[in-house]
Amino acid sequence: MKIRLDHVVKTFETFRAVRDVSLEIESGELVALLGPSGSGKTTILRMVAGLEYADGGHIYFGEQDATGIPVRDRGVGFVFQHYALFPHMTVAENIAFGMKVSKVKREKAAIDTRVGELLRLVRLEGLGDRFPAQISGGQRQRVALARALAVDPKVLLLDEPFGALDANVRRDLRRWLREIHSELGITTLFVTHDQEEALDLADRVVILKDGHIVQQGTPEEVCRDPGSAFVMKFLGDANMIAAEVRDGKAYAGGAAIEVSGLADGKAELYARPADLDWSPQGPGIPASINRVLDRPGGRRVLATTEAGEHLEFDVEPERVVKAGDGGFVTLRRAKVFAIG
Amino acid sequence: MRRNVLPGLPLSLGVTLTYVGLIVVLPLAALAFKAASLGPEDYWRIVSSSRALASYRVTVLSALAATAFNLVFGLALAWVLTRYRFAGWRIVDAMVDLPFALPTAVAGIALTALFSTNGWFGSVLAEFGIKVAYTPLGIMIAMCFTSLPFIVRTVQPVLEDLDPALEEAAQSLGGSDWEIFRKVILPLLTPALLAGVSLSFARSLGEFGAIIFIAGNQPMSTEITALLIFIRLEEYDYQAAAAIASVLLLTAFFMLAVTNWMQARALRYTVRN
Repeated sequence: MKIRLDHVVKTFETFRAVRDVSLEIESGELVALLGPSGSGKTTILRMVAGLEYADGGHIYFGEQDATGIPVRDRGVGFVFQHYALFPHMTVAENIAFGMKVSKVKREKAAIDTRVGELLRLVRLEGLGDRFPAQISGGQRQRVALARALAVDPKVLLLDEPFGALDANVRRDLRRWLREIHSELGITTLFVTHDQEEALDLADRVVILKDGHIVQQGTPEEVCRDPGSAFVMKFLGDANMIAAEVRDGKAYAGGAAIEVSGLADGKAELYARPADLDWSPQGPGIPASINRVLDRPGGRRVLATTEAGEHLEFDVEPERVVKAGDGGFVTLRRAKVFAIG
Repeated sequence: MRRNVLPGLPLSLGVTLTYVGLIVVLPLAALAFKAASLGPEDYWRIVSSSRALASYRVTVLSALAATAFNLVFGLALAWVLTRYRFAGWRIVDAMVDLPFALPTAVAGIALTALFSTNGWFGSVLAEFGIKVAYTPLGIMIAMCFTSLPFIVRTVQPVLEDLDPALEEAAQSLGGSDWEIFRKVILPLLTPALLAGVSLSFARSLGEFGAIIFIAGNQPMSTEITALLIFIRLEEYDYQAAAAIASVLLLTAFFMLAVTNWMQARALRYTVRN
C-alpha cells in the first residue's frame, strides 16, 4: 500500500514537533526515517499509525484519506521500541491477540495454524508457550514483529526497532528484517537515530531535522551527495576545515579542490576520515600529529592544523607516522558548503 | 552465605523476629490457648450458638458486600486518580487516606448522624423507604468507609506503572476499549486487586468502632461478631470470647491463604526460567 503525507503538521503544546512534512512511500518500499532526537521522526511514524492525530495536512493510504481513521481501524502493524508485549500472555497468545479481537471472526484452529506459521517465520518454533519474561530481548522483538504481522497489516511501522538491543543481535536482526521484507513485500516505514541501521536496511532514507525533511534518497545518494553540512555530519564522522572559495576552487591552507555552484567567499569544507591523507611535503594543510591510534584495518591519525582545527583521518597500516611529526594534510575528496 | 553490602543480618533478624513474636504470635497463641482450654464440646456449643451464627452471617455477608463495592468503586477511583489530572486532584488523592487517619469511632458517629432517619442522607432515603442506620446496610456502609483505601492504594501504583505502549499495541491490533480493559489491563491489575480485596475483607471482618454506632446491635440481626466477642469479654467470659475470636481468626487466615494462592497464580507469568 502506498502512503502519502501531504503537508503534515503536529504541535505539542508549544513545541512544533513536525512542520509541514510531505513524503511519499511507494508500495512495498522499505523506508527509514532518520534523525537526531527531537527531529519529529517518531511523531511522524505515530501519525501514520494513527496513535497521534495530525494538526494539519493529510495522510493517504493508497487513494484513501486516512488522516482521521483511528489506529484500530487503520490496518497498520506497529512494533514498539520496547516491544510492548503483553506480559501475562504467552508468546503464542501475544501473536494470536490481534486475530482474537478482530472483527473478522476466525476459527480457533485457523488462529493456531497462523500462529504456527508466524512462529516459523520469525524462527521461534517451540517458544510459543513461554512468557515474554522468559525469552531474550532479540526474541521479544521478533515476537513483537510476528504479533504485528498477524493481522495482515497494509503497512508495517517500526519505532527504533533495534534500539534496546546489543550491537551483535542488532546486526543479525537487521539482516533478518530485510529478508522478511523481501519475502512479504510489505510497505515498511521505520524510525531510527542510527545512521548505520538506516543505510544498511532501507531502500530509501529520509533525513529529518527540527521537524523538517532535510534530504531524502537512496543510501547511495545521501552518502555520496549530502545536501548540507548537517547531513554530512549526521551520516558519519566528518572533519570540518575552514575554506575560502575563489573562482570555482576551494582553498584550505595550501590545499585546493574543485567546487561548482558556490559563490566566492568563506565556506566550510567537510571531509571523511578516509578523504584525507598525510604527506611530509606540501602542498597541503600544514599540521602536526598529536596521536596515532592503531586499529586492525589501518591507522587513525589525530592531528591539529596551524589554524587550530582538530582533524581525524586514516592512513594505510604500513605508513610510518608518529606523534609529534609535522607535515601536511592533503585532500582526496571533500564536500564544500557555503556558510549559513 | 552471600555477603550483602549492608551488614547486620543477625542483629536485624533477631530484633524483627522478637518483635513479631511479641506483637503478633504471642497474643494469637494466647487466644488459641484460651480457646483450647474449653473442651471440644463446649467450644463447639459456643461457636455454633444461634446468636454467634447470626453474627457470623451478618459480619461475613456485610464484609463481602462492602469488599465487592470497594472493588468496583476503588478501582474506578484509582483509575481516575492515575489517568486524569483535574482541579482538586491533590485533595481527592489525600482524602482517600482519610478513613485510615480518622479514629473509627468518629467515622461511626459521623455516619450514624448522616444516615439516621433525621440525618441529611437518612431523611432523604427514608422517603424511599430505605432505612440505613440500625440495619445491615449501615454495617456495610461503615465497612465500605473504613476499607476503601486498601484497594485504591494497592491498585494505584500498579496502574501508574502500566506501560501506555501496551494499550497502544492492543489498539493497533484492533482491540476495542472494552477488550483492551478486559484482556490487557484487568489481568495485569488482578494481583494488586486481590491484595486489596484480601486486606479490605480482613479489615471489614474485624471492624468494630465505626460499626457499633450505626449498627443498632440487635442480637440475631445487626450484632457483628466483634461486638459479640466484646460482650463476652465484658461478662468476664474470656474462654467464650476467645472461642468466637478464633473463628474470626481462622476466617481471616483462610481468606488470606486463598487470595495469596490466587495472586501467585495470577503472577505465574513473571517467573523466569
